[in-house]
Amino acid sequence: MSAISITTPIAMPAWKRGALIIGGLALLLAPLWLLESFQLFQLTMAVIMGLAVLGLNIVTGYNGQISLGHGAFFAVGAYATAIPMSLLDWSFWATLPISAVVCGAVGWGVGFPALRLGGLYLALTTFSLAVAVPQILKHKSVDAWTGGVQGLFLLKPEAPAWLPLSPDQYMYVVALIVAGACYLLVWNLLRGRMGRALMAVRDNPTAAEAMGMDLATLKTRAFAVSAVITGMAGSLAAAVVEFVAPDSFTFMVSITLFVGMVVGGVASIMGSVFGGLFVLFVPNIAEAISRSAPGIIYGIILIAFLFVLPDGVAGLVRRITARLRRTKGREKS
Amino acid sequence: MSTTRRTILIASGATLATPNIAPAQEAPGVTATEIRIGSTNSLSGPASAYSVISTCLTAMFRRLNDEGGVGGRRVNFTVYDDAYQPPRTLEQTRRLVEQDRVAFLFNQLGTPTNNAVHRYVNQRRVPHLFLATGADKWANPREFPWTIGWQPSYRVEAQIYTKHILETRPNAKIALLYQNDDFGRDYLHGVRDVLGPRFDSMVRTATNEATDPTIDSQIVQLQATGSDALICGVIPRFAAQAIRRVHDIGWRPMMFMTNVSVSVGAVMQPAGPERGVGLITSDYRKDQSDPAWANDAGMTEWRGFMQRYLAGADLSDNNFTYAYGAGTTMIQVLRQCSNDFSRENVMRQATNIAPMDVATLLPGIQVQAQPTNFNVIRQMQLQRWDGRSWVRFGNVIEGANV
Amino acid sequence: MDAFAHQLIAGIATGGIYASVALALVMIYQATHHVNFAQGEMATLSTFIALTLIQAGFPYWVAFFATLVISFVMGALVERILMRPVQNAPVLTHVGVFIGMLLIISNMTGLIFGYTTKAFPTPFESEGLLFGGLVSAHELGGTAVTLAVLTLVYLFFAHTSLGLAMRAAAYNPRSARLVGIRVGWMLALGWGLAAAIGSVAGMMVAPAVFLDPNVMLGILLYAFAGALLGGIDNPTGAVIGGFMVGVLENLAGAYVVGTELKLTVALVIIIGVLVVRPSGLFGRVVFSRV
Repeated sequence: MSAISITTPIAMPAWKRGALIIGGLALLLAPLWLLESFQLFQLTMAVIMGLAVLGLNIVTGYNGQISLGHGAFFAVGAYATAIPMSLLDWSFWATLPISAVVCGAVGWGVGFPALRLGGLYLALTTFSLAVAVPQILKHKSVDAWTGGVQGLFLLKPEAPAWLPLSPDQYMYVVALIVAGACYLLVWNLLRGRMGRALMAVRDNPTAAEAMGMDLATLKTRAFAVSAVITGMAGSLAAAVVEFVAPDSFTFMVSITLFVGMVVGGVASIMGSVFGGLFVLFVPNIAEAISRSAPGIIYGIILIAFLFVLPDGVAGLVRRITARLRRTKGREKS
Repeated sequence: MSTTRRTILIASGATLATPNIAPAQEAPGVTATEIRIGSTNSLSGPASAYSVISTCLTAMFRRLNDEGGVGGRRVNFTVYDDAYQPPRTLEQTRRLVEQDRVAFLFNQLGTPTNNAVHRYVNQRRVPHLFLATGADKWANPREFPWTIGWQPSYRVEAQIYTKHILETRPNAKIALLYQNDDFGRDYLHGVRDVLGPRFDSMVRTATNEATDPTIDSQIVQLQATGSDALICGVIPRFAAQAIRRVHDIGWRPMMFMTNVSVSVGAVMQPAGPERGVGLITSDYRKDQSDPAWANDAGMTEWRGFMQRYLAGADLSDNNFTYAYGAGTTMIQVLRQCSNDFSRENVMRQATNIAPMDVATLLPGIQVQAQPTNFNVIRQMQLQRWDGRSWVRFGNVIEGANV
Repeated sequence: MDAFAHQLIAGIATGGIYASVALALVMIYQATHHVNFAQGEMATLSTFIALTLIQAGFPYWVAFFATLVISFVMGALVERILMRPVQNAPVLTHVGVFIGMLLIISNMTGLIFGYTTKAFPTPFESEGLLFGGLVSAHELGGTAVTLAVLTLVYLFFAHTSLGLAMRAAAYNPRSARLVGIRVGWMLALGWGLAAAIGSVAGMMVAPAVFLDPNVMLGILLYAFAGALLGGIDNPTGAVIGGFMVGVLENLAGAYVVGTELKLTVALVIIIGVLVVRPSGLFGRVVFSRV
């Protein structure tokens, strides 16, 4: 895997940048008026899954630690929001800091044993974690809080009085805000020293260590940040679906996030967006192709991408724009 | 739950009391020529063995349409796949309600899956009818007036077994093996319902997960408690293991098996038919392999239907007799609606079914519903395995109204 | 005390199941330095193929050996078609391919053979249990078969030139090529053998647990724990590890944490081994210098 870095765009004139931002906002907010309730719900889920994939991308794509257990962080975030909202009547926004802190702690905790593992072993260990998650959630000792097998119900947050939006529309906006904030945070993090350090550790840990980087701190921090991001996505999902239960967090969630990351584009922020869209809409496409075995279609698509487009959709887009830019440059000269 | 939420739910219940004003044409999902009904099932994935239920229901509606439909309208029955994943069930249900605009939902499969949409359908006041799950929580007219189950609940089943144990061996020590999920836990609750404060002194439990390779360890553990009765709430694979292991280690308790896991082909044969002699279970359906029903009018009707509309299907799969019963109930409700298929009326008719015989149910067991009692089938009959088939004994028993 | 003996023996019996699957995992590791997630699903598919042959009328042992051959071919084909194009790709890609295989094979098995539980015949029949009701003839026979396979695997790797060539190809493909070893063929051979061993494991396991497409996922995790515990590069160690995990898991479930946390016990074993002694109890400790 070549070191995929985030190139800072060549200085763009201010008006152009402004136009892009306004255009982007318009694109993001248009669905509020154009889409029906149910489609808005689907799009909100796509945004959430994109955020979850971003989390995975931080630790696996950028830092090379393969995690097949990110469903666990998704679940922790979901419950960290569901428990206060359902049992203690907290508002959704108040639960977000809790979710961030808890997920960060869990991620950091997972990061420690992960230091001793590499590659396949880490993948297998995190996979075991993913399989064990529902069992842990159902356990007697915690089921007074988690609601056990029956799960917990929540109510979507309602829009404030001055905003005339339906609950579905409001959740879409909330998801955009939270996801947008996370994306901004991650983008900032990754294009700076931290990002380069993460990728250095991924590409050549020996050299990185020789150059004085503290591998242990970097890697555990990567896990922590990654867990926080995926946990935020879990919190949003809990509010949108209005229901959490152990059976909603089987190992398939972890596999789905992994597939989304690979297809969308490893080590790419835009890739996470594509990954989210893929995760949400491909099961429907697979169902259309084969009623009885969409899982097979899923697996075939994954392998096809790995063979043909290892950079994912984001890589493809990148190559196309680079080619367009080159031809444009040639035309100019 | 906060008071605001309670209020919302009770208010929606109150609307059922208002007289029906909306003409049929204005009812969602209903046109002058068509009624749209939606469902979800596990069409793919590990639970896809139950997808034949949807196949059978689709065929029943096709037969209904062939015979002229109901209320002058055809039934348009749509089933979506949720692969037994609750978030997907919610998505597909929302698609059915908001995009496909169905009139109501019918026979959705699974406990965790229906759990995920339980609140949604009650908030939206969409009839959530005759669910394909035996969980106990669907019979709750006060808090969830738009949801109604169909089959006898696992909890009622466990109550019936416990009552039978108390009648025959009043001081028995009871061992309970149950799967650690919604399905298995209902058995725990049922036993506890009957025993009350005596539960802790009389019962020893062990659980298993669907991912366990074997339950031999749990069986050995339970035998060591010296129990003389054993109730099992486990899926077919573990049922076969349990029957075999209990026999082989020389333990002879009074043994009960959930009626979910008593198929001759999938459980009794693999376990070894001689090993299961004396095993007790319950049922509410007629068994295709029971020679007593060879010339029975109801089963003949069912067999005729299967031959015409589902030729080639495996008649020994008791999901078909199940689906036929649920479908018959649904069609009866549709007929009761006469011309008014608004959601309020559909729900009213679904909760007001006079005791009715169904072709594939055992004699003496009827389908019924009242506004205060959503347990649609509340009776069962015990059966014992004699080495070749299930033999019914005793009277039809009614479970406690929990 | 009697109950404890029962639990112990039950643990050894389940341990036998894990040990046989762990052997397949070790095999693939020895041959390719990969651990294949989809090994369990391939074993399940092989077992269903065997069941189909038996139901078609073939005698047990004919079906057994036919399945071995079919599985061998399947494994080798998978290596040629799926692994060859990505052999120089990073680990992430390999993991992705394994996951893809897991999805495809497990869904395909379910689609073709259905999800209802099926019985699988055993060549070691007995009426009731032996040794005072502790073990069944099948459990003894299955363990014997596992040990026989283990012996064959050990002899193959330690005492044949082909086995040596295979290990060399896995450890250092470049040097192996220089010495004249056909690395590509070695890999295919390794995958084929692993698939064959997996099918033996499946056919020995199925009579005890009853066959359905989802049976292997749980077993695979415990087997992985066992292989790690014993040493992923040591066949004997892996088998011992498998037995140990079986006993630990049963005893922990019965006496310590309750049956509701058995998967977590496996997880703890995995993490514990990898953190404390990554090479396992009997594996070779490898130091790498930079």
